Amino acid sequence: MTTVARDPVTAADPAPAPPTRPAAGPSRHRYRAAVGFAFGAALLFAVAPLVLSDFRLSLLAKYLCVAMVAVGIGLAWGRGGMLTLGQGVFFGLGGYAMAMHLKLADAGPGNMPDFMMLYGQLDELPLWWRPFASPWFALPATVLLPMAVAFVLGSLVFRRRVRGAYFAILSQALAAAMVILLIGQQGTTGGTNGLTDIQGFFGYDLDDPVNQRMVYFIIAGTLLALLALARHLMQSRYGELLVAVRDSEERVRFLGYDPATVKLVAYVVAAGMAGLAGALFVPAVGIISPALIGIVPSIEFVIGVAIGGRATLLGPVLGAVAVAWARTALSERFPGTWTYLQGLLFVVVVAFLPGGLASLIGLARRRDDGEPRPSRLGRFRPRRREGAA
Amino acid sequence: MGPGGATARAHPHQQFGVRTVTVLIGQLFTGVSIGAVLLLIALGLALTFGQMGVINMAHGEFIMAGAYTTYVLQQVITAAGWSLLIALPVAFVVAGAMGVLLEFLLIRRLYARPLDTLLVTWGVSLILQQLARDIFGSPNVQTRAPELLTGNIALPGGITVANNRLFILALAGGAVVALTLALRVTPLGRRIRAVVQNRDLAAVSGIPTARVDRMTFFIGSGLAGIAGVALTLLGPIGPTMGTNLIIDAFLVVVVGGIGQLKGTVIVAFALGVLQATGEYLTTLSVAKVMVFIAIVAFLQWRPQGLFTLRTRSLA
Repeated sequence: MTTVARDPVTAADPAPAPPTRPAAGPSRHRYRAAVGFAFGAALLFAVAPLVLSDFRLSLLAKYLCVAMVAVGIGLAWGRGGMLTLGQGVFFGLGGYAMAMHLKLADAGPGNMPDFMMLYGQLDELPLWWRPFASPWFALPATVLLPMAVAFVLGSLVFRRRVRGAYFAILSQALAAAMVILLIGQQGTTGGTNGLTDIQGFFGYDLDDPVNQRMVYFIIAGTLLALLALARHLMQSRYGELLVAVRDSEERVRFLGYDPATVKLVAYVVAAGMAGLAGALFVPAVGIISPALIGIVPSIEFVIGVAIGGRATLLGPVLGAVAVAWARTALSERFPGTWTYLQGLLFVVVVAFLPGGLASLIGLARRRDDGEPRPSRLGRFRPRRREGAA
Repeated sequence: MGPGGATARAHPHQQFGVRTVTVLIGQLFTGVSIGAVLLLIALGLALTFGQMGVINMAHGEFIMAGAYTTYVLQQVITAAGWSLLIALPVAFVVAGAMGVLLEFLLIRRLYARPLDTLLVTWGVSLILQQLARDIFGSPNVQTRAPELLTGNIALPGGITVANNRLFILALAGGAVVALTLALRVTPLGRRIRAVVQNRDLAAVSGIPTARVDRMTFFIGSGLAGIAGVALTLLGPIGPTMGTNLIIDAFLVVVVGGIGQLKGTVIVAFALGVLQATGEYLTTLSVAKVMVFIAIVAFLQWRPQGLFTLRTRSLA
């Protein structure tokens, strides 16, 4: 065996593309990002509250929560190649942690949440509810709990090189199991109804439009912060490594990195983002229930990302908001039509426009310049067919 | 939910005594019959996933198509026994044809991107569900089971076994035997095995791999149709009936390993029994979580599933 050094993956792949650093210097790049960031902030903080009615603004707050989940999926799936069909689990963990705290705060010290008397016939608060009475526990838990679950599942799964479709199915099964568990434990989780009728948010009455507006501002600010975090991760060396793992995990391993750790970081960060989104969704909408976090909503988180452009920074956000808006606009008037349209969107975008709408922009930009440049938007390359794995 | 609950079901808190053995056997049979349903659904998935590496989320809707085929046939042929018998081949062809159409229109363009296939076929399944809602209406419909399959058989020792469960068990067994024979004996089966083992080498040897893929899709989807016919015996038929079952079936395929049917068969029954036991000892919801944890733990031990084809690929 003299040809050992020649690894089969490299042999089958096209020549590796040179690292695509932006053509202009990093300072100009940073400048452009800062302008974009300021523009986004102005849009969210100044224009939207002025133009939109209170009702529309609270809808937008809800969409922005979905967009936070989308930022995480863009990182894990678009950049990391992990198709996670169970982000609803993390969204739900964050949402339930927040809702449990708010329910306990609504009930007042020493009292039990209303629904527990209804179906639980419990004499006292279950043990695992108790820590959530303290905001010092509940608030960190909205982020750390999902991250911990993702860490445990991810480290088990990625270390054993369970990936691709196997990982997708497992993540989906996790969502199914979580929903069944929540519904089954009706006495302590609210069952199918979930935790509803949340009135206060740390002493502020959520029925008051002014406070709803405050919640919207918190959500918009959080989304911007998460975008900055995602951008930082994508631009860093780690971001390059993540894309490398997506495109050729074996090659990265041969280079001496541990792909499992690289993937785990993206997965855990995405879970934390979903948890935060769930936590902020609760005061914005006033409810968290199994129907919001199960298999179907989990996969619907993904469609917005696919439509906007999975591997881009802003694509997932815009895609998620657009899809959520289209659902509200269409599903009330023509419920059947919306389902057809949603199905068609999945089919057409994923099959024929895998880079999402962002790849259209990338194409247009390339045409403007007259010279082909490696677009950071359309860096998606169809992957080699996976073998037995 | 799902294919649970069939036979002698005593309460867990009854005192254990003479009845223990009876209960155990009853639970075992419940588990086996859950496994049989899982097996019928997973067989087709194992076939297509094993050969082409794509996840077909619309498989659940092919099950639905099989179930609605039974329903429609019963409107025409009122004798329940005959309509069920005729439904088996008709549902096979209907679901199989849908599968071939899906393969031809979409999936064959996506063989390079297995994960994207999952999302695309999810979109297809949404469309098919809505189509079913528009054609048959949102409320569930029901078929009449033939007389022969409605009763129970009493075994010595006070164990009763539902006839329809036995029928499904036999159907699953028959499907496994037929599929094994088809793969071992027929020329098509030989070609399928060749493509599964080494697609490039098979293509070089003159096997029309694209046509073989399409035939595999026909058979795999057809099996979903047959599973649909079987499910009409267990419960109502509705537009979303496939969605709930499909994930369990995928887990069977993942744990069973691809490329060989025996893994699917063993794991389907193992998961069925595990779930029935868990359900008996605790509750349905806890049992589901237990099954999930067991699967993740199992994949620590064998990440490629129970059985895998030995290939030289880096996996």
